[in-house]
Amino acid sequence: MQWVGNNLGLVAELTLAHIALSIPPIVLGGLLSIPIGWLAFRFPTWRGSVLGVVGVLYTIPSLALFVLLPPLFGFPILSELNVIVALVIYAVAIMVRSVSDGFASIDAGSLRAATAVGYGPWQRFFQVELPLAGPVLLAGLRVVSVSTVSLVTVGVLVGVKSLGYLFTDGFQRRIEAEIVTGIVMTLVVALIFDVLLLALGRALMPWSLLAKSRLRANEAV
Amino acid sequence: MELFVDAWLWLTNPENYTSEGSVIQRSLEHLAYTSIVVVLAAAIAIPLGFFIGHTGRGRRWAVGVAGAARALPTFGLLLYLVLLLGVERRAIAAVIALVLLAIPPLLAGAYTGVDQIDRRTLDAARAQGMTGGQVLWRVEIPLALPLIVGGLRSAVLQVVATVTLIAYVGLGGLGYDIIQGIPLRHFDQMIGSALVIVLLALLLDALFAAMTRVVTPKGVRSAGGEDIRAREGSRRALTRAR
Amino acid sequence: MIEFRHVSKDYPGGARAVSDFSLTVPTGTLTVLVGSSGCGKTTLLRMVNRMVEPTSGEVLIDGQHLSERDPVELRRSIGYVMQSGGLLPHKTVIDNIATVSRLCGVSKTESHDRARELMGVVGLDSDLATRYPQQLSGGQQQRVGVARALAMDPNILLMDEPFGAVDPVVRRELQRELLDLQARLNKTVVFVTHDVDEAFLVADEMVILREGAEIVQQGTAEDIITAPADNFVASFIGAAQGNRVLHRSSKDPAVVVDSDGRIQGRLEA
Repeated sequence: MQWVGNNLGLVAELTLAHIALSIPPIVLGGLLSIPIGWLAFRFPTWRGSVLGVVGVLYTIPSLALFVLLPPLFGFPILSELNVIVALVIYAVAIMVRSVSDGFASIDAGSLRAATAVGYGPWQRFFQVELPLAGPVLLAGLRVVSVSTVSLVTVGVLVGVKSLGYLFTDGFQRRIEAEIVTGIVMTLVVALIFDVLLLALGRALMPWSLLAKSRLRANEAV
Repeated sequence: MELFVDAWLWLTNPENYTSEGSVIQRSLEHLAYTSIVVVLAAAIAIPLGFFIGHTGRGRRWAVGVAGAARALPTFGLLLYLVLLLGVERRAIAAVIALVLLAIPPLLAGAYTGVDQIDRRTLDAARAQGMTGGQVLWRVEIPLALPLIVGGLRSAVLQVVATVTLIAYVGLGGLGYDIIQGIPLRHFDQMIGSALVIVLLALLLDALFAAMTRVVTPKGVRSAGGEDIRAREGSRRALTRAR
Repeated sequence: MIEFRHVSKDYPGGARAVSDFSLTVPTGTLTVLVGSSGCGKTTLLRMVNRMVEPTSGEVLIDGQHLSERDPVELRRSIGYVMQSGGLLPHKTVIDNIATVSRLCGVSKTESHDRARELMGVVGLDSDLATRYPQQLSGGQQQRVGVARALAMDPNILLMDEPFGAVDPVVRRELQRELLDLQARLNKTVVFVTHDVDEAFLVADEMVILREGAEIVQQGTAEDIITAPADNFVASFIGAAQGNRVLHRSSKDPAVVVDSDGRIQGRLEA
């Protein structure tokens, strides 16, 4: 506890750095996944290969990805860009499946009704399909958020500072309180992101609360 | 690209297969940690998941813990446990941290595996005169097995990815040459090891994908579409049957 | 013979499903418990194989108190057919039918032989033996359910809305076949349904139930249709409407019409 008191500045600085590293993968991952996941849902012939590629990407351990991306893309290993690109890849890997499942979860009757009533293809996508897939997309995004916030810490091994710095620094200096602070602050950041995403979902999809029980099963795995 | 050539040269250098700390030795260490951790975690999580799925008790608790555990940074936990237990017991610390990581997917797999079984199937089995044990072994376990193996698959992949980090506390595994290589900028051994890790993960994933196919009862597969592993898919198959 | 003696069933939370119910089901008869959903009829049925324990009162089979019998052994000795089959999805048709005999320790060859024979009895093509339940139609699944219930040649057959989930045409067919089967096998059958027409068709004895499994009337189909006990029964069986009451047509005395004047058939001389 005394350690925290003496190092409030460092903790605050690292927490902000952690948040800054976490936001781009969540936002970009979410945005990139919608078209990819929609394609996978819409064209069954592609679904197998898209979900397969995405599954393979998710299988790659993060440390290995941090090492393999720089020579592939030509950025230095010790860069924030490296960590962000790796985490965007994970985010896409998690989200694409949710997006595809989300569109598949829409009642076909609602879609036929929307077409029958006279929605054009784009209107139908943005005003009917996307909102109806929303609850499943949100569930996927919450998983992405939690896993991103946790994985950012591993970046410290390639020299990118985040709350993970408290782990390695605390370990080398044998200060347990420092590591515990890092763990607790990571959990706090994850919790705050989750609460924000839930609030966003509630604001955008007030009707989705009715479907909540259906979602709970989804979150379990 | 020349970095990949260097990595290839490192991977094909016979010296790296005979000396102390060879790629083979690191791979075996990696697999050994992975198996010990997954077996221990399965011994805890699968019966617990069955209990929760079977009785419906502790369901909210399990969902909450599984969600929260995903947020827990395993690397931090590992370093904390090593400090707590002492450096000479760092292997135990690593196993504990990794077991905690592996429990949530295993728990969720076992729990949803049992939970998704049609209650009427179990009721009918009991009404035919099956004892509790017979219902468990002849109906619940076979029908839950695809999702249990699915949980096992996620657990194995997460553990394989995270065993990479134990080299930081001086334990072996395929992360060793990466973590040693970063400060020294030995890109050949870093990239070479990273490729081996990726290969190992893909092989294990393929193995479990095949295993899922084997354990999925034929009667369930014929109705459920191609990918019964996906919980969405299996749940949809179930609602269709209703 | 099955006897219910003053049985009651309270569920946790204070709901009373069955209240002081007594009934005797004679050996070799088909007794139908009929009532709307939630009247407690399924609860009564499930007391016979101890899937439900009465809160008070006793159920007896051939004079023996069920509480003295081991539930597992009891269930193996009673055939049970439920709505939408309740078949094991991971077992083939033949293994589903052989379930109980295998549980009782009969060898695999012997129980498969018996299962094949039963497939014939319930009118299932032998080609279906290696199919899985979900590859069958609803009607076929129901036949497998009946065959499974008959596997150990039980004296008692419990049928819980057995034809509730199949389409009306197949339902008629299955009901006819049940009658044929019963004429040959003479089991003691307790049959639960909410379909009055089905009850009239298959019942030797009908028991009409109201909430709390209160018996409002008991008797043959003839007793009930000719003398409904009260207004509840009359409206439940639709005594006043439709084709329950038929008249000679005023235009042609050889033609029979219902209460709305719609033609229902003709009288044979």
